[in-house]
Amino acid sequence: MATTIHLDVVSVEASIFSGVAEYVIAPAVMGEVGIYPNHAPMIAKLKPNAELRVKVPEQDEKTLIFVSGGLLEVQPGVITVLADTAIRGQDLDEARVLEAKRQAEEAMKHRSSEMDYAKAQAELATAIAQLQVIEKMRKGKVIH
Amino acid sequence: MAGSKEIRTKIKSVENTRKITKAMEMVAASKMRKAQERMRHARPYAEKIRNVAAHLSHAHPEYKHPFVVKREEVKNIGLIVVTSDKGLCGGLNTNVLRLAINQMKRWESEGRGVGVTTIGNKGLGFMSRVGANVKSQVIGLGDAPHMEKLIGPVKVMLDAYVAGEIDQVHIVYTRFINTMKQEPVMEQMLPLTGDFLTVDSKTHAHDKVTASDVVQSVMQMGVAQGYWDYIYEPDAAEVVHELMVRYIESLVYHSVAENMASEQSARMVAMKSASDNAKNVIGELKLIYNKARQAAITKEISEIVGGAAAV
Repeated sequence: MATTIHLDVVSVEASIFSGVAEYVIAPAVMGEVGIYPNHAPMIAKLKPNAELRVKVPEQDEKTLIFVSGGLLEVQPGVITVLADTAIRGQDLDEARVLEAKRQAEEAMKHRSSEMDYAKAQAELATAIAQLQVIEKMRKGKVIH
Repeated sequence: MAGSKEIRTKIKSVENTRKITKAMEMVAASKMRKAQERMRHARPYAEKIRNVAAHLSHAHPEYKHPFVVKREEVKNIGLIVVTSDKGLCGGLNTNVLRLAINQMKRWESEGRGVGVTTIGNKGLGFMSRVGANVKSQVIGLGDAPHMEKLIGPVKVMLDAYVAGEIDQVHIVYTRFINTMKQEPVMEQMLPLTGDFLTVDSKTHAHDKVTASDVVQSVMQMGVAQGYWDYIYEPDAAEVVHELMVRYIESLVYHSVAENMASEQSARMVAMKSASDNAKNVIGELKLIYNKARQAAITKEISEIVGGAAAV
C-alpha cells in the first residue's frame, strides 16, 4: 500500500473535500508544487482561479478541485487548503473598499431611495401592531 | 342591518393580513433551515484557520502580527453592526441596535471616537438617522451571505486598524441559540484575544485524521527542540497577513450567517403569533357579525308578526 496523506479543502461557505490522497499538485503563486507524504511543513499562497489536482488512491484519474485562491498548509500527514470563495487581489480588494465607502456616503446623502418598500412594510407592521392591540384588549375582556 | 357591512369588510381585511403573515411564516420556516445549515458550514473553515495560525505562532513565537498586538491606549473604536435587510422579524434588529447604541454612548462618554460599519439595511437606516459616523456599509445580502460582498466593508475596518485610526474593532450581531431564542451579543474582534492562538485539542479530535496524533507529537517535538519552521511562499509576513485577514473575514461571515439564521427564526415566530392573533380576531368578528345578523332577522320577523297582528 502506498503511503497517503490526508487532504482537507475548506472554504468559508462549505467543506469542499476531505479524504486521503497519494499526492496533491497545488497551484502556488510562485509555481505549481507537488506534495507527497512526508513533505516538509509549508505555507503557500495559491494562485487565483486555478485547479488543485489530487491523486486519490485506487483511482486512475486525478480529481480536480477548482479554487479561486487561498492558502495551503502542509503538515507532515495533513494538507489543509483554505480556499477563497471570492476572487482576491490587491486591486480588486481596493475597489471593493472604495465601493463600500462610496455606498456609505451615498446612503448618508439621500436616505429615502427604497421608499415604496418601506411604505408597504410600514403598513404591514401597522396591521400587525393593530392585531396585537386587539389581542391584548381581548385578553383584558374589554370587547366592544 | 347597521354595521354588518363594516364588520364584513373588517373580516376581509384581517383575513388578507392573515394570508400574508401565514405565507411569510412558511417562507421563513423553510429559509431558516437553510440558514442554519449555512451557519454550520462556516465553522470548519474558521477552525482550520485557527489551527494554522496557532501552528504559525508556535513556529514563530517572536513574530507578532499587528492584529494580535494589544494597544495601550484605545482612542478610537470601530464597530461592525450586523442587522437584517428586512423587517418584520420581531425585536431582532431593535435589540441589536439598542445594544450597539448603549455601548457607543458609553464609549463616547469615555471620550472615544466610534466609527461604524453596517451590514444590512436596518442598521444602515438607523445609524444614518441617528447621525453615527458610518465608515462603510453593505446592504442587500439576500438569503445567503457571500464573502464577495463582505470583503470591502471589512477591509475598511482592517485598513483603519492597521493605519492606527482605530485601536479596537468590535462586532455586534444576533447569536442564534435555538428557534425560539436569539440573543444580541457584542464581541471584540481586534486585537485578537487570548484563546485565539492556542491549538484547539477538540478540533483535532474532531478532525478524525488518523495521522493527527503523529502530527501533534511531531509538532510538539519540533517546538520543543525548535528546529522546524514552515517553508513560506512567497514570504512569511505576507502569508501571515493573508491568513489573519481571512480569519477576521471568516469571523464576520460567521456572524452574518448566524444573524441570518436568527432573522429567519425570529420572523417565523413573529409571523406565527401574528397569524394566530388574526385567527382569533376573525373568529370574534364572525361571532359579532352573526349576532348582528341574527338580531336583524329576529327584528324583521317580529315586525312582520306585529304588523300581521295589527291588521
